Amino acid sequence: MTFIVSFLVVFMLVGAVAASAFRDLISAVIAAALVSLIASILFYFLQAPDVAMAEAAIGAALTAAIFIIAIRRTRRYEE
Amino acid sequence: MRKAVAIVLLIIVTVGISLSLAKIPFGAPKTKVGKRYIEEGIEDTGATNIVTSVVVNYRGFDTLGEVTVLFIAAIGLGVVLTTSKREEMRKIQPASLILYTGCRLLFPLILVFGTYVFVHGHLTPGGGFQGGAIIASGFLLIYLGCRERRINRVVSNLAESLGGLIFVVIGLLGLVFGGYFLFNFLPKGTANALFSAGIIPIVYIAIGFKVGSELAGIIDNLIEES
Repeated sequence: MTFIVSFLVVFMLVGAVAASAFRDLISAVIAAALVSLIASILFYFLQAPDVAMAEAAIGAALTAAIFIIAIRRTRRYEE
Repeated sequence: MRKAVAIVLLIIVTVGISLSLAKIPFGAPKTKVGKRYIEEGIEDTGATNIVTSVVVNYRGFDTLGEVTVLFIAAIGLGVVLTTSKREEMRKIQPASLILYTGCRLLFPLILVFGTYVFVHGHLTPGGGFQGGAIIASGFLLIYLGCRERRINRVVSNLAESLGGLIFVVIGLLGLVFGGYFLFNFLPKGTANALFSAGIIPIVYIAIGFKVGSELAGIIDNLIEES
């Protein structure tokens, strides 16, 4: 259990750093969605399934979609 | 020079926060109200999901404010993005066969699951907000896979308005029957039954419709623009 949680936390940190480091904004959005997804799994482990459901649906799916739609209207690559 | 100052400031802030947090025991109950919710929540409200009994019953007025914030955000987005030239449909590139078939098969299942989540909000984890978000993600799948389909804005606006109206009317009925806003005036029934917990399922179904149609409307507005 502790092993799984620490593995997930390390993955989450990697995702967070990647989201700010990527120059390709689509990849950055997907990394941010990964952070949300792992946060929802961690909420589930912490026995908060209500928050986990909201985080998975809003953080991982809807927010990423809204960002991707906005990126389509602007530029994909950061200078 | 600026970097050095930033690093020193960062160290000072980190040390300050960790020193002040170190004195607070992690996870220890600081007030008695949480214990009371856990011990007497089922008896008080009839809902076996304690989170729901807090969100809709004990702190129902806060939830009304939360729903209002979401409503205003959706309206603001609609006002900013709505353009008059809606009629001219651009050529839409069709989705791949896998996405098209997957969206047609999965969309009804996602709708049923979202409805289950908010109808059973007082019994199992989840509720109006979660169920509404799941339904909105189903509509997102429709926009990705079956791109020629659009939601009917009249029906969506009707569901949104009715949801908000039912919430407020239930609250006012509580004021009439029990003396305060959102009083649980319906019979509580037996715990763990679908028809139990008084007004909680009604309010959560209203919130589910409202949040689902609002989030789907936000996505519809954005896709319409792009």
